[in-house]
Amino acid sequence: MHRHFDQDIEELKDLLLRMGAMVEDAISESIRALLERDTALAEEVIRNDDRIDQMELEIDRRTLELIAKMQPAAVDLRFVAAIMKITPELERIADLAQDVCERAIELNREPQLKAMIAIPRLAQDAQTMVRQALDAFVRGDGDLARQVIAMDDSIDQQTEQSFRELLTYMLEDPRNISRAIRLTFIGKYFERMADGATNVCEMVVYLVEGKMIKHVHAEANRSR
Amino acid sequence: MTTTIDMDLPTTAPAAAPPVVPDTKPPAQETPVKIHVRGFDFYYGTTKVLHGITLKIPERQVTALIGPSGCGKSTFIRSINRMNDIIPDAHGEGTVEIDGRDIYATGTDVVALRRRVGMVFQKSNPFPKSIYDNIAYGLRIGGMHNRRELDEVVEKSLVRAALWDEVKDRLHSSALALSGGQQQRVCIARALAVDPEILLMDEPASALDPIATTKIEELIWDLKVNYTIVIVTHNMQQAARVSDRTAFFMLGRLVEYSDTRTVFMNPREKMTEDYVTGRFG
Repeated sequence: MHRHFDQDIEELKDLLLRMGAMVEDAISESIRALLERDTALAEEVIRNDDRIDQMELEIDRRTLELIAKMQPAAVDLRFVAAIMKITPELERIADLAQDVCERAIELNREPQLKAMIAIPRLAQDAQTMVRQALDAFVRGDGDLARQVIAMDDSIDQQTEQSFRELLTYMLEDPRNISRAIRLTFIGKYFERMADGATNVCEMVVYLVEGKMIKHVHAEANRSR
Repeated sequence: MTTTIDMDLPTTAPAAAPPVVPDTKPPAQETPVKIHVRGFDFYYGTTKVLHGITLKIPERQVTALIGPSGCGKSTFIRSINRMNDIIPDAHGEGTVEIDGRDIYATGTDVVALRRRVGMVFQKSNPFPKSIYDNIAYGLRIGGMHNRRELDEVVEKSLVRAALWDEVKDRLHSSALALSGGQQQRVCIARALAVDPEILLMDEPASALDPIATTKIEELIWDLKVNYTIVIVTHNMQQAARVSDRTAFFMLGRLVEYSDTRTVFMNPREKMTEDYVTGRFG
């Protein structure tokens, strides 16, 4: 029986990784579409999002089937729980890449506001976090997951810095406002992708160590 | 080698554990220990089948014993009411205390002990008598003959065993005419009639269909308000559903004893994990 179960688990893992690869592609292409002002590429990313959504539905279906048929326990149960939590995070990250592309298309209708400095770095870091979160999941590496979680603070700082910079453009000239706001949104989208990667990593720690580390600060404050 | 898993009650999370979601955290409360087993070995002839079992079973909770066939869990559960005494050449060493008194001490009244510690077996075994007489059997042996008193206890026991509504109109028909699930509940009612404190259940639902099994499981939930229950089961999901604490036995040793949530979600021992995930062997 367990051999069949292991096969189901492997297939699920494989599906999640394929979905992860598609999400990584969506992020990197959204960055390229933004930096190279490539509207056609942005439109392609938006079109491809349907495939990621389909993948999410397929993983959900298989996960529920596995629970119903196999009633997993211990590490298997944590694996299934992790898959169920990670899949929607990935889907949301892909949606954010789609949002980046939508704003990029809008920005491409106007001249470039400024040479982008903060946003590309932010985008690259967010992409790295998502990739490493998936690596941590594949390898069952709780330490890597914790390292990725630790990167989130830097992302938050970069988002704030990018916002401050864009604010100066808005103050300078009201005609900059619509583009600056769109760029602010884009910064926020990448920050949210990093948050998604953090959530994935929290589930990796749960999977590997059986410890739920999310909302630890909230809990500590509550019991104070 | 001696197995020394001696959990202090009440169960507390290990110091390194992170805070858990508030709603799922059981309130910290003192759970009195009903059964305290210390360094208990058991032998069939010269063959040692239990090795230094040490554990505390809390009062009015359900403790499940799980493990592969031949791991000693049935021998262990039968040691709690000295049911193994009837097996020739079998003997135990170490102590099994109920409410702080060693049941293997010289001078223990075994009949009185078994009245305090009722038992239900895998195969329902009602006597070939009426439902009423099955329940009243132990009471009559104990000297109760007053019809009104007997009626009262029979009804109360059948109500507690969640069988009263199904049999109240045919109390004097044969218990053997009932379905398997009903027969098992007659046996539970019979055990409850003598007002035990502890109920031992050795695979009580393994011969029953899913509906009858559900009824037994719901009954176990209801009964733990008044009784300390120890259940042996091969059905892992059943252990997960009905028990508060789970003990995993393997080759006559207690490998892990913890709250059921831990055993089924994040066991400490690799061997336990392999067993509950079906990767054993």
